[in-house]
Amino acid sequence: MIVGERKPYEEIKSMLEGSRKILLAGCGTCVKVCFTGGDKEVALLASQLRLSAKKDKRNIHIMEMTVERQCENEFIEEIAPYVDAYDVIMSMACGAGVQMLAQRFPEKIVLPAVNTTFLGLLEKTGFFVENCQGCGNCVLGDYGGVCPVTRCAKSIFNGPCGGSQNGMCEVDPQTPCAWELIISRLRALGQLERLSKTTPPKDWSSARDGGQRKLTREEQILS
Amino acid sequence: MNTQSNLERVLESGAFAVTSECGPPRSAAGDVILRKGLMLKHCTDAVNVTDNQTAIVRMSSLASCVLLKSIGIDPVLQMVCRDRNRIALQSDILGAAALGIDNLLCLSGDHQSFGNQPGAKNVYDIDSMQLLACARDMCENGRFISDLGEYEMDTPPSMFIGAAANPFADPSDYRVLRLAKKVNSGARFIQTQCIFNLKKFGRWMKDVRAMGLHEQVYILGGVTPLKSAGMARYMRDKVAGMDVPDSVIRRMEGLKGEAAREMGIKICVETIKKLKKMEGVSGVHIMAIEWEDAVPQIVEMAELLPRP
Ligand code: SF4
Ligand code: SF4
Repeated sequence: MIVGERKPYEEIKSMLEGSRKILLAGCGTCVKVCFTGGDKEVALLASQLRLSAKKDKRNIHIMEMTVERQCENEFIEEIAPYVDAYDVIMSMACGAGVQMLAQRFPEKIVLPAVNTTFLGLLEKTGFFVENCQGCGNCVLGDYGGVCPVTRCAKSIFNGPCGGSQNGMCEVDPQTPCAWELIISRLRALGQLERLSKTTPPKDWSSARDGGQRKLTREEQILS
Repeated sequence: MNTQSNLERVLESGAFAVTSECGPPRSAAGDVILRKGLMLKHCTDAVNVTDNQTAIVRMSSLASCVLLKSIGIDPVLQMVCRDRNRIALQSDILGAAALGIDNLLCLSGDHQSFGNQPGAKNVYDIDSMQLLACARDMCENGRFISDLGEYEMDTPPSMFIGAAANPFADPSDYRVLRLAKKVNSGARFIQTQCIFNLKKFGRWMKDVRAMGLHEQVYILGGVTPLKSAGMARYMRDKVAGMDVPDSVIRRMEGLKGEAAREMGIKICVETIKKLKKMEGVSGVHIMAIEWEDAVPQIVEMAELLPRP
């Protein structure tokens, strides 16, 4: 899932300075699951904003609206009828959701309330970790299901580097060294020989280095 | 393949090689490099120049190598994969060769979070293993990485190529296999992480010999003279991949100033003498961090003067 973190309240407040009518748009998919931008978080931020406006004797109006998926046109149509009545839309979705709104409502100011952080998973309650950088050419099959691009701080393909100690990464003693995991996984699978040859340089043109990436589904376009 | 490298010449002659290291200044003061170089010239066969070590901005390694070369030193250009992509790395290899730099050491590089630019974007387009293979292919075949046009250089670079190895990092049973990969990728010499734990290093060398790697690559054991017990503890606790046993720390404990430095040098010389006797160790790499003036004394006490 896409994981995000809500921006600090002060930053949100300063972005909204001068806005009286705010449409606060949540998303019911990824950011809901990581407790960042679903209906509950929308309600929380809205009451925070209302409270502080009251304290400052400012008059604001906030509409809360959480759609199923903010990154799809179909779902944001629900918002369309209300948009005109508001000064700004503040999105609590990931960066894709924010841009979807900006694209759909070009005449409106659209602001992000969330820092989109990574593509990852819930490791244990309340703890999310990054697992994939969407490099466009997945090599998990060669590395025992552990991603060297994402989980190694140096994206090394022929690791580990000299800093790996006690199974942990040199960059952060709380983070397992990806290469320690790769080696132990491959060893357990009896596939350690996969690492005997030097992996040649990766073609990064399928990653973000090649510019904005697109996906075309011909069959859907025709039908 | 033979290059103009003095280090290669010494190693090929069978002599026990001595290399040291020179950290460029955090300024444009070229005279700092020259001063350090003059200290190291008579007692070493080649001098490594670090490449923005610990991710702190310093004078460029290539520029510093050229300065050392100008006073007759054989510099080893250290190149890390953190700051440059494959275009810049290959271009710098060509430039270094054209400027008469004959040795190249391929490294991953310390992560930028350790240095003074933690907000920097890291590159890691290729890793140190891939850089080795790339440098070898440039030198031996005149080819760039997966060049679409299959372009072949008319004047390829000629360099003595090496890599680093850390016998103390984990997973320990994989370390020798990784060394074998470096050798297969083109490393002709290896400089190891600082050796304080001779027992562990000895075990690693045993595995190296068991695979016959000592016959395919020259291994230079890394040593560092300690200045104080505090430095010893710092290296043990804070420097990634470093193994400083308690026995070494105990010898430094309680000693201050000159007495501590003397002990540091003594331990270093003892280590070198033991390395000299170890089968498969072809030389020593002395990393006297910001203490280059200790090197002449160490080399002399280790009975490694004059240099061939
Ligand atoms: S190899 Fe690429 S696609 Fe596969 S998990 Fe890693 S970053 Fe994601
Ligand atoms: S310690 Fe492991 S995960 Fe961290 S940078 Fe080195 S190889 Fe990568």
